[in-house]
Amino acid sequence: MHRDAIILLGVNHKTTPLAVREQLALAGGYEDPLRDLGQLSAIKEHFLLSTCNRVEVLFTCARELVEDAKKQVLELLFASRVSQRELQQYVYAHLDDRAVEHLFEVASSLDSMIVGEAQILGQLKEAYRFASKHRSSGLVLNKLLHKSFSVAKRVRTETRIGASAVSISFAAVELAKKIFGNLTDKKVLLVGAGEMAELAAEHLVGQGVAQVVVANRTLERAVKLARCYNGKAVALEELLDQLEHVDIIISSTGATDLILHKRDVRSVMRERRNRPLFFIDIAVPRDLDPNINELDNVYLYDIDDLNNVVELNKTERDREALKADRIVQEEVVKMHQWLEGMATTPTIVELRNMVNCLVEKEVAKTLGRLSGLNKNEQQAIERMATSIANKILHHPMQYLKTDHHCISQSERIGQVRNLFQLDHNKQDFAR
Amino acid sequence: MSFVLFQLSLAGYCLATAGYLAFFFTQKKKIRPVARKLFFIAAILHTFNIVFRYIEAGHTPITSHHETISFFAWSVSWCYLSFRWRYTVKNLGTFAAILVLVLMTVAAMASREIIPLSPTFQSWWLPVHASVTLVANAFFAISCLGSVMYLLQEREIKGKRFGLFYSRLPSLDALDNLNHHCLSIGFPLLTLGLITGVLWAKQVWGAYWHWDPKETWSLITWFLYAAVMHQRFTVGWRGRRVAILSIVAFVSVLFTLWGVSFLLKGVHNYAS
Repeated sequence: MHRDAIILLGVNHKTTPLAVREQLALAGGYEDPLRDLGQLSAIKEHFLLSTCNRVEVLFTCARELVEDAKKQVLELLFASRVSQRELQQYVYAHLDDRAVEHLFEVASSLDSMIVGEAQILGQLKEAYRFASKHRSSGLVLNKLLHKSFSVAKRVRTETRIGASAVSISFAAVELAKKIFGNLTDKKVLLVGAGEMAELAAEHLVGQGVAQVVVANRTLERAVKLARCYNGKAVALEELLDQLEHVDIIISSTGATDLILHKRDVRSVMRERRNRPLFFIDIAVPRDLDPNINELDNVYLYDIDDLNNVVELNKTERDREALKADRIVQEEVVKMHQWLEGMATTPTIVELRNMVNCLVEKEVAKTLGRLSGLNKNEQQAIERMATSIANKILHHPMQYLKTDHHCISQSERIGQVRNLFQLDHNKQDFAR
Repeated sequence: MSFVLFQLSLAGYCLATAGYLAFFFTQKKKIRPVARKLFFIAAILHTFNIVFRYIEAGHTPITSHHETISFFAWSVSWCYLSFRWRYTVKNLGTFAAILVLVLMTVAAMASREIIPLSPTFQSWWLPVHASVTLVANAFFAISCLGSVMYLLQEREIKGKRFGLFYSRLPSLDALDNLNHHCLSIGFPLLTLGLITGVLWAKQVWGAYWHWDPKETWSLITWFLYAAVMHQRFTVGWRGRRVAILSIVAFVSVLFTLWGVSFLLKGVHNYAS
């Protein structure tokens, strides 16, 4: 009576370089891989999550088939894309409680590149919608995923992990909010297109900025990136004209010299009628003249300044992460108990069905014999029969559910099944 | 009766300020609604105080030193509450409560004697002119608070050293807006106050303008605020410069209100 194993296979930004992650990402959506996994006989329930930072495959299978199932899943999803050796090197595999823990960490954004970011939960829910549409998740995974959503919610409400500026791009967004208040009608200009700049831009878009403009030396790359954010691309030469219209500038070019001087910005401020400008310079060496910060209504932060903001929040972040870890651990224990209880569920259901059948039959028989009873009296008899049955069932049920230190669970299940002859009389009672 | 109400509202403001300060430093969310309610109750008691004082004195109580400051404090409270009702400016309440408490303390120390009105003051121009001007000053007071908050917040953001205020004060944009709104309401009111004063002077003394010190200083204040408004609308001045100018102009308001009465003599002397 062993319960099924829960297995999680995956790659994330911590273990795997971007080049490999790109290969493994399920670019074609969830539908096909979910259907293909459904063809595998070894696995019972399955769920897929694919974002730009991770690919996770979660499935259950019979305990003796674990290794087979792992091999089949990897073969089916990834074998055609990367070599066997790379799979060996990068893919992690977690079993049971460890898998549960990992899923909870992912959901509550403790495993994210930017710890505490909120996007991952949305992605997880989206992925789950596909899984439930394809009916690929069953009793165990449904419970597990719903639990992971509530863990994420607990972490969010009980810790401040999402509230403080935990990374550079978060710090930038927080500063922008302190300067502009509301970001919804603000425009962002990306100068140069590095990974950091994209991350910051993504955050700002998450805060609802109105438009993203990308200026790059090669226009082609700018056009590509602009398309990601429904923005527009401009040439690097148009930088000064653009400064009149945008509010937040994230600069990360590879230029060796300053690309913007104080006098340029001063003349722009006149055109802007002093509407504030927020420059974020994350390039090394710097793109922007540090003296720009001296102008009124202009704020300039370079990478070191932002790092200082992050450092300020670091101790708090560590404390909050500790709290979040504790929440995850608690929930893993609860999930473990539920999974243990799972094994007894079929027996409990069968026992209940059997007794209910008996009660119904006997009540019908008795009521047929007694004529002239009014409705109340009939109900009283029904109630009496049900409550006698419940009282008798109470102890066997408790015996099944609660932990017993000297008799193992499977043994207890066997005893109860024998005692009530659940395996012999199936045809008679169970519907 | 009005005195009891005055003491009660003073106590109310005192508790509210303590509450707001406790919230400001500890950031415990439970304290804020308590402080707000206390402030609101104090403002209501204060209103009753002014009504009773009106009944006891028989004329609008904006003539003695005590009455003027108390009325000023009352305007600041209701001005703040009216803003609170329209939009939230994080922790403005703390600053407003401190200002009101200071004004009330000054009012409490001034003589509370009810002085009969001299014949020149017995006119319906008195409540109109004095109250309009004082309400205008209340808006300028809030704008000055907003400006102080702006400068504190700007200093931390620009200097990249985040201390006490960064997380506690609202965004620069919100503070600049607050300043703008206060000035857009306060400036027309001040203009109206000046015009009513001029008309009243014509009626009482036969001449529109006397170059009496209070008049002169009111005009200086008016020009200062006119300069802020003008620069904002034409060149788009905002932020730091407007904040500094608003504070300077408010100092001028205070000087017009008190400095002139104590340092320079003129027709506007409080009844004494």
